[in-house]
Amino acid sequence: MEASAAQRNEGGRRREATFDAISKYGLIAALLVLPVAYGITDISQEGSLAPLANNLVDGLSNGAIWALIALGYTLVYGIIELINFAHGEVFMIGSLTAASWFWGVIGLSAATGTVGIVVGLLASLLVCMLISGALNTMIERVAYRPLRNAPKLAPLITAVGFSFILQNVGILWIGGSPESIVDPIRAQRELFAIAGVSFSHGDLLAVGATVPLVLALVAFMTRSRLGKAMRATAQDPEAARLMGINVDTTISLTFMIGGLLAGAAGLIYALYQTNISFFQGFTAGLIAFTAAVMGGIGNLKGAVLGGLIIGIIQQISDNRIGGEWTPAVVFAYLVLIMIFRPQGLLGEETREAG
Amino acid sequence: MTADPRKIGIGVVAGVLAAFAGLLVEMDLTMAVVLALLVFGRIAFADDARVRLAMLAGLLLWVLVLPLFHDPAGGFIDTAVLALAYSVMGLGLNIIVGFAGLLDLGYVAFFALGALAAGWFMSNFFSGTNGGDGLHVLVSGVAAELPGLHFNFLFVVVVAVIVCTIAGMLIGLPTLRLRGDYIAIVTLAFGEIIGRVVINGDDLPFGLPQVTKGRQGITPIDKIDLPLLAPFEALNLRPWFWAALVLLLAVLFVNYRLRDSRLGRAWIALREDEVAASSMGVPVVRTKLLAYGTGAAFGGIAGAFLASLLNTVNADQFQFYFSVFVLSMVILGGLGSIEGVLLGGVVLTYINFRLIPGLSDLPASIGLDFDTTQLNYGIFGFLLVIMMVMRPEGLIPERRRRLELREGIGVGTTAGVGGPGDEKVVEVRG
Repeated sequence: MEASAAQRNEGGRRREATFDAISKYGLIAALLVLPVAYGITDISQEGSLAPLANNLVDGLSNGAIWALIALGYTLVYGIIELINFAHGEVFMIGSLTAASWFWGVIGLSAATGTVGIVVGLLASLLVCMLISGALNTMIERVAYRPLRNAPKLAPLITAVGFSFILQNVGILWIGGSPESIVDPIRAQRELFAIAGVSFSHGDLLAVGATVPLVLALVAFMTRSRLGKAMRATAQDPEAARLMGINVDTTISLTFMIGGLLAGAAGLIYALYQTNISFFQGFTAGLIAFTAAVMGGIGNLKGAVLGGLIIGIIQQISDNRIGGEWTPAVVFAYLVLIMIFRPQGLLGEETREAG
Repeated sequence: MTADPRKIGIGVVAGVLAAFAGLLVEMDLTMAVVLALLVFGRIAFADDARVRLAMLAGLLLWVLVLPLFHDPAGGFIDTAVLALAYSVMGLGLNIIVGFAGLLDLGYVAFFALGALAAGWFMSNFFSGTNGGDGLHVLVSGVAAELPGLHFNFLFVVVVAVIVCTIAGMLIGLPTLRLRGDYIAIVTLAFGEIIGRVVINGDDLPFGLPQVTKGRQGITPIDKIDLPLLAPFEALNLRPWFWAALVLLLAVLFVNYRLRDSRLGRAWIALREDEVAASSMGVPVVRTKLLAYGTGAAFGGIAGAFLASLLNTVNADQFQFYFSVFVLSMVILGGLGSIEGVLLGGVVLTYINFRLIPGLSDLPASIGLDFDTTQLNYGIFGFLLVIMMVMRPEGLIPERRRRLELREGIGVGTTAGVGGPGDEKVVEVRG
């Protein structure tokens, strides 16, 4: 009797493992469809993989920005299991802060010399990060903390509400249509090219700014006491509280860090795309959320990996299928992941997803 | 007939507020006074069943004669028709969010599908049909002469209901394995995908045929043409009002009957505790899918009606903004509260289409320079935040829902409403 139950259990576990493997490799295969299909087209039509490689380079640069935003989603979700819907708007405010205000204040323009640009951009980075970080912390304080013990529907709705309020701030700030901004780093200019694959100033900036930020975050999470407190709270808020960790402060800190990264992403995005709009946060937020889910929500490595993958998919779709379809393509992937592998590529099975 | 003085006080305040709000949106003075009396009577003598019934009958009569007191092509009645149609949507979403507790952020998808049903079967979109002569089924007047498909509105409503029910269930399917806020994101993604398809439907990749006219919009759409009646006209909105009212009453009837039915109780049970409900024998999958399907069907009906009323199926109508607009109705009125959602639908439609555009002189008069219509987003966002933080049960709360939201009853392991992590630590007392 007991033996047969054990056998059944083992069979069930084996079946589960099979399904797990199928869904994981199926997802990877689905992600490879676009690059492989267009790679084959390139070889048959152009005789080289250069167009695809160019897509990959641009995609990775975009993906670096999405990764920074996705980290914010993942950190917050990891700690209070809430989709911070307003996170995309925090990123948007970061872009607006730099392009519509701070660069005007410090007089940064396309004519500024190299040293001036470097100093100016470092100052902008600091300002954008601080403003977005403070904003995100404020949102948590006003819209989420009072609802900590309410049904989960409630904070999600205030999150949507806050996202709308911030979009309105964006509209009042720069108007309802996208705005072209100064291009101090000449983002599109080619830096160097290898075998027909061109690397622009923008690509260098996106990767060069993202890598140190991500490394700093990882160091903070693994080395510092506060990072340890964050991980402990994410694992079990109740136990963390009993161990003397101030859970409220830790949650505030998490929002602050998410906001800092979003602010940095906002600045990089403004420099890379050279235009801004009040709506950019909504699209970017959904793309980055897809990235976070793809990597496995709550998982930092996953968020970065997901961001890079989704950046490539987005770039290929922009370039080959047409930019107007990109949101639909990205969301189609989101739905596929949600159906077949809600825990993502690297994530563990979570309570939510299970 | 004795009444509690406190209730009389509340009744007076509510009545005066209702009359004032009516006058603010240019309601006829007589009608505003009657409305005030009805509201007062309903609240002050809420304990007396006979008075309640009389007030309900009075309100029905009041709504029926409302168009006769206003200019048939004027702004008031124009917004009133919209308010009724949007309330139908609000009631549909209320089934999904309010009854079943599944947060749907992509409700605009069903507006789009319902409107597209009208766009295909009530316009010259398929102008090549039947060698350019068009196909006409039970239509009269101008529509009977035009090329393209021209079916009777009632037929289109049936199509919209079928299409939206199926779409609603399909959208619901992937969310069955998910819990909580993932559902919100998946529905949002579906809403955006359908929005994208409508915007770019005039130029699909891979050689697919046109399915919409994109930003240009499918226009004109046939006016509603009911049997035994003359086709509706754009300049006389009274028949539109009564048609919308009939739709709303039908939807209200279905809502009330569903809420008190076996299915409605199953929805509420699922909302409060999915695990407990399923162990008591509630079929989770079927119950959830029926919530999606029913809610979607109402969105489709309203979508077809609005397409005919607005005379266009335009891609710019189907934005995420619209989903939040409808969600705001449900939140403002009260999750799960039918009367509340009705109130929310009417109030928000007037705020959106009358008050905000009507205040366009205000910024200039206080020395600021912006367009008040740019404030829509902020107003709805603010409303969502304020309502959820200050009064999560809404203006007219549903009793059971208030208990959940206020006192945390049922906050445990409910679908869409929490995870095991939210459970309060059990206190042990000696």
